[in-house]
Formats: sequence, structure tokens, C-alpha cells
Amino acid sequence: MGHAHASGDNYINFAPGIKSWLTSLDHKRIGLMYMIAVMTFFALGGTMAILIRLQLFSPGAHLFSGPDYNKVMTYHGAIMVFFVIIPGIPAFLGNFFLPLHIGAKDVAFPRLNLMSWYVFMIGATLGLTTLFYGGVDTGWTFYTPYSIRTGTAVVSMVLAAFIMGMSSVLTGLNFIVTVHKLRAPGMTMGRMPLFVWAIYSTAILQVLATPVLAITLLLIAAERLIGIGIFDPNLGGDPVLFQHFFWFYSHPAVYIMILPAMGIISEVIVAFSRKTIFGYTAIAYSSLGIAAVSFFVWGHHMFVTGQSEVAGLVFSFITMLVGVPTAIKMFNWLATMYRGSIQFQSPMLYAMGFLFLFAIGGVTGIMLASVGLDVHFHDTYFVVAHFHYVMVGGSLMALMAGIYYWFPKMFGKMYNETTARISFVFTFIGFNVTFFPQFVLGAMGMPRRYADYLPPFESLNKISTVGSWLIATGFLISLYTIIRGLQSGAKAPANPWGAKTLEWTVASPPIHSNFDIDPIVTAGPYEYR
Amino acid sequence: MHEFVSTKEGLWLFMVTEILMFGGLFVGYFLYHGRYHEAFAEGSSHLDWRLGGTNTAVLIISSWTMALSIHYIQKGLNNKATMCLITTVMCGFIFLCIKYVEYSAKFHHGLLPGKFFSFEEAADPHMPLFFGFYFFMTGLHGLHVIIGMSLITWVMIRNIRGDFDPHYFTAVEGVGLFWHIVDLVWIFLFPLLYLVG
Repeated sequence: MGHAHASGDNYINFAPGIKSWLTSLDHKRIGLMYMIAVMTFFALGGTMAILIRLQLFSPGAHLFSGPDYNKVMTYHGAIMVFFVIIPGIPAFLGNFFLPLHIGAKDVAFPRLNLMSWYVFMIGATLGLTTLFYGGVDTGWTFYTPYSIRTGTAVVSMVLAAFIMGMSSVLTGLNFIVTVHKLRAPGMTMGRMPLFVWAIYSTAILQVLATPVLAITLLLIAAERLIGIGIFDPNLGGDPVLFQHFFWFYSHPAVYIMILPAMGIISEVIVAFSRKTIFGYTAIAYSSLGIAAVSFFVWGHHMFVTGQSEVAGLVFSFITMLVGVPTAIKMFNWLATMYRGSIQFQSPMLYAMGFLFLFAIGGVTGIMLASVGLDVHFHDTYFVVAHFHYVMVGGSLMALMAGIYYWFPKMFGKMYNETTARISFVFTFIGFNVTFFPQFVLGAMGMPRRYADYLPPFESLNKISTVGSWLIATGFLISLYTIIRGLQSGAKAPANPWGAKTLEWTVASPPIHSNFDIDPIVTAGPYEYR
Repeated sequence: MHEFVSTKEGLWLFMVTEILMFGGLFVGYFLYHGRYHEAFAEGSSHLDWRLGGTNTAVLIISSWTMALSIHYIQKGLNNKATMCLITTVMCGFIFLCIKYVEYSAKFHHGLLPGKFFSFEEAADPHMPLFFGFYFFMTGLHGLHVIIGMSLITWVMIRNIRGDFDPHYFTAVEGVGLFWHIVDLVWIFLFPLLYLVG
């Protein structure tokens, strides 16, 4: 067991001043720097979302012209995908807690870790500057041939995404080596917390999938600048080839977005059920299994591109297979809660919200995996609702659960539980009000990415827009809760939740080098009773 | 030792990403080679396999001198190691010179990528596509050659300064690994681009 450093030293007061933070090699400080960046970008991407919903409140395209709407919609997607969700959990909570979970002082390559942050910020800055010279209007997916022809700042944005991808690769590489080489004595792979398994599986995806996106983005830039011809039909190229290349990365990418979230859910459900996880091995291997299978399903984004029927059926079948390890996790989490001693504090509320919302998102994903259904749903709001259920209802809710769960450990203070619960209510209800109607709209045939729509879709769009205001309120209340907690929260004990993983054995906040004495691990991560 | 083992694993992982990145280009090349076989054969016939072959030999030799430099450091013969590193950089330089000769010949004949293609006697309308691949793949590879040469120069300076001994030479191994991958990519590029005609 580690003990609190007698004099109250911790990683926050270790060396004061902005310069010491910006040059820090401490994984905890780097994690917080990512947190601030990601939260800022989330506010920007969220503002874009509010603008989209304002535009779609009534038919008639009042707020934005068509071309301008295309830009707003592109930035919403690009910011949320590249600037928020992909780095979000791994680079923030992963950085902070991976070393603590395995009993290490830091990651394998601390200098590379800091460099990853700077690379990320450089890419993000480049991407955001495009707002000032023409914007981008291709959608975050940059489909050809439009992305080759449009006069907007595509080259800068793809280069920005390339640079941010480099950051993702370096972080993933760092985490893989950390898990392999820096585990404390006695911490076998089978004794690691499930959050570590999740981050590890994600890191494998980051390292293997991102390079393919990298070359795809470079090819778009080269296509625009020198006209290689690879994707341009006028030069003999194949625009559908772009989709193959793009989705070969971007499908694994969505598992980069959800696997860490599932890791958080494992931790929170165990801690707030006061019971060991049901099926540790199944959950651990399902993370690896999801990562592996994710490479073989990319064609389910392309059922209507004219690819062969055989290809469509194969992709459809394998996509449905991915539902199996995913469902195993869901059932295991429920089994963990069964006969547990459930505590309903806000981290657990968000985790339970995840279970409900991700179930809907996952099941509608299986619906989309069916070729026949997808022909009807492709490019409609049904797809939009599906991925928001898994990415927001899934990843974002899990991120909130993780922030509230680990807030006392990171900052040494407790937040106000009441306002946190209120934030959950607004976010959860608001989310459903926003996105459930979109399933119906999609089934009715409303196309996605359109600046306007036909009058029969109006009432459901109005409900959806009101929902977006509720979500915004929920996140603003969360922001308020976090800031008030930082300013004047009660002092947090080392282990306010009675959890069992290694980070709860050290003081809140931890000292600079994490552990006073190197831990020696003799048991699994969730030994309750 | 711990740091050494970790660093080696990290560098191998990075090399996997480089192979995957170039791999995407190879996949694209294979697809279009199958689709526009005549265009690719004709395009390739404009490449001089003797220059490409020389470049292949040059890089293979440079991989050998790179490995030799590590061998010498392991034996404590740092001065010989420096000579080998210098030779490696020189080989890289020769490679780039030959590429310069090839590129200027292409520019002179109008055999340029995509929208800049102006070679009048092109029999096949899809030849620009071949040259798009040629310039992008060899260009990206050439960029990695330049990066590799810079890295080799860096470890050479560190070696001269006395940073390395038989117990510690991690950076040299890492740079060597990078250089071998650069060589390996070219070994695949050469037959694909030069020998399909």
C-alpha cells in the first residue's frame, strides 16, 4: 500500500507555473493538457451542432445557405471525430491512469508523450485555421470526386488530420510498450484492470489503422495539388477506391472511439456495485476480438457503391459478428450489477445511461449491417441517429462517467453530487429527445447532410432541436460542476468510492512519481469481500 | 537494459506503421496495374532499369555499411563505425543523385504526374496515372531517404562525441532499423515500377 506524502506534495504543486506544465514529462500533467484541449474543441464542435439544429428547426434553410451549411456540418463532424473523440479518452484518462493502473511511475516514453501533445496541438491549430480561409464543405469523410474539385481548404484540413493522426500513432505506440514492459511485479496481464485492456486494444488499433488513413489523406492532397489520378475519374482513377481506403481506417477508428469508453464502464460498474467483475477474461479478450474483427467490416459503409453482392454479404456477416463480443460485455456488466450493492452516485448514473443508450446504438448498428435494410437507411437520418447513440450515448456518457469517477483522484477535491446528477438528467433526457426522433425521420426517408427538408419532417425536427438545447444545458451544468469542484470542493480522501484498483491506494491527488514504494501485486484488480 | 528493450519494441512498432503506410500505396498500385496493364507497361518502359538497379545495389550496400557500423560499436571500434556511417550517408547521397538524374530526364520529356503530363507520343491515355504513382511513391520514399540520412548524421555526430560504447548504442540500432525499412521499401518499389514493362 502506498502512503500519502507527509507534506501534502502532489503532481499539481510539484513545480508551479505554466512553463513547467508545458515542458512536463509527467503523464498526469500531459493527460490534463489533453483534457483542456479536448474540452475546448468539444465546445466548438458542440456549437456547430447547435447551429445545425437551429438551421433544421424549420424547413426553408433560413440560417445558412446550402454551401455554408455544408461547412458547418463538416466542421461538426471533423472536430468531433479528429479533435475530440479519437484522442479524448485515451490521451486524457488513458494517459493519466494507465501507469497508475499497472503500478508504474510513468509511460514507457515520457518525452514522446509530451511530443505527441505538441504534434496534436499543431495539427489541431492547422485544422482550425481553415475556418479563416474558406472552410471545408466535403463532410468529415472527404469523399471523392467532390473533395478533389471543391475550392475549399481541403488540403490544409487533410494535412491537419494527418498530423493529428501522427499524434494518435505515437500515443498508441507508447501505451503498447508501457503495458508490455512497465507492469509492477506480480501484475500479470491477467491481473490488469479492464480499463488497461481497453486502452491496450485501442492502442493496437491506433498503431495499425491510422497509417492507412495517413496515406489516404496524403493522396487526397496529392490528387488536388498534382493530379495523380488515383481517385479522379477524369484521369482514369476510381472514386470508390477512396472509400475503400478511407473506411479501412475509419471503421477501426470508431472502435478506437468506443473501446476506451467500455473500459471506463467496466471500472465504474464494478466500483459502484461493490462486486467483482463478472467474466473478466471474456471482457478482456472481447476487447482484443473487437479490435481484430474491426479490420474486416469496412465495406458496410459502402453497400450502395456498386461493390459486388458477394462483398456486401461477406461484410454484412462479419459486421454482425462484431455484435457478439460487444454483447458479451453488455451482459457481463449486467451480471456484475446483479446482486451487487448498487450506489447511485453520478458516475454510476452515467454508466447506466451508457448501458441503455449503447444498447440502442448497437442494435441499430446490427440493423444497418443488414444489406437489405441498409439500402433503405443509407445516407438517411437513421444512420445519423445510430452513430450518435454509440458515439455520444456511448463514448461521451462513458467519458463523463470517467471524469466524475476519477475527479477526486485527479484533483483531490469532491464535486457537488447534486449538480452532477442534474447534469446527468438533462444530458440523458436531452440526448434521447434529440436523437430518437432521428431514427423515425430516417425511416421516413429524410436524407442526411441536407441543409433543408420537406415539410412532413418538420415536427420531429423541431423536437430534435429542442433536445439539443437540453443536451447543451446538461453539459454546461457539468462544466459548472467541474469548475466549482475545482474552486471549492471538499478535500477528497484517497479512496472515496471504496474501489480496488491501484490508483485508489495513493493520495488524492497522487504525488509526482505516483507511488511512494513500488507496488507488488498479489491479487486481481477487483477483489471485493 | 529496460530502456533498451522498450526502445527497440517502440521502434519496431513505428516501423510497422511505416510499412502499413507504404502498403496502402502498393495496394493502389496493384489495382491500377491490373486495370490499365498496357499503360503501366508503357510507362515502365520509359524508366531506365539500369539506373533503378544501380540504386537498388547502392541501398543494399548502404544497409550493409549501416549494420557494420553497429557491429564496430559493439566491438568498441568507434572510429571504424564512424567511417561506416559516413559511407552509409554517401550511399544515400548517390541514391538521391541518381534519382535527380532520372527525375530531370522525366521533366524534360514531359513525363510528369497527372495534370502536368505533356508527353506527346504517349500511346495509352492512362500513362499519366502510372507516372502519378511513380512520382508519389518514389517521392515519398526519397523523403524518407533524406530523413534517414539526417538521422544517420545525427548518430554519427553523437558517436564522434563518444556517446556510444559496447553497452549503450540504442540510438544507432534504432536509426539502423529505420534505414533498413527504407531499403526494404525500395526493394519492392524497384521491380514494381521498373520491371513490369
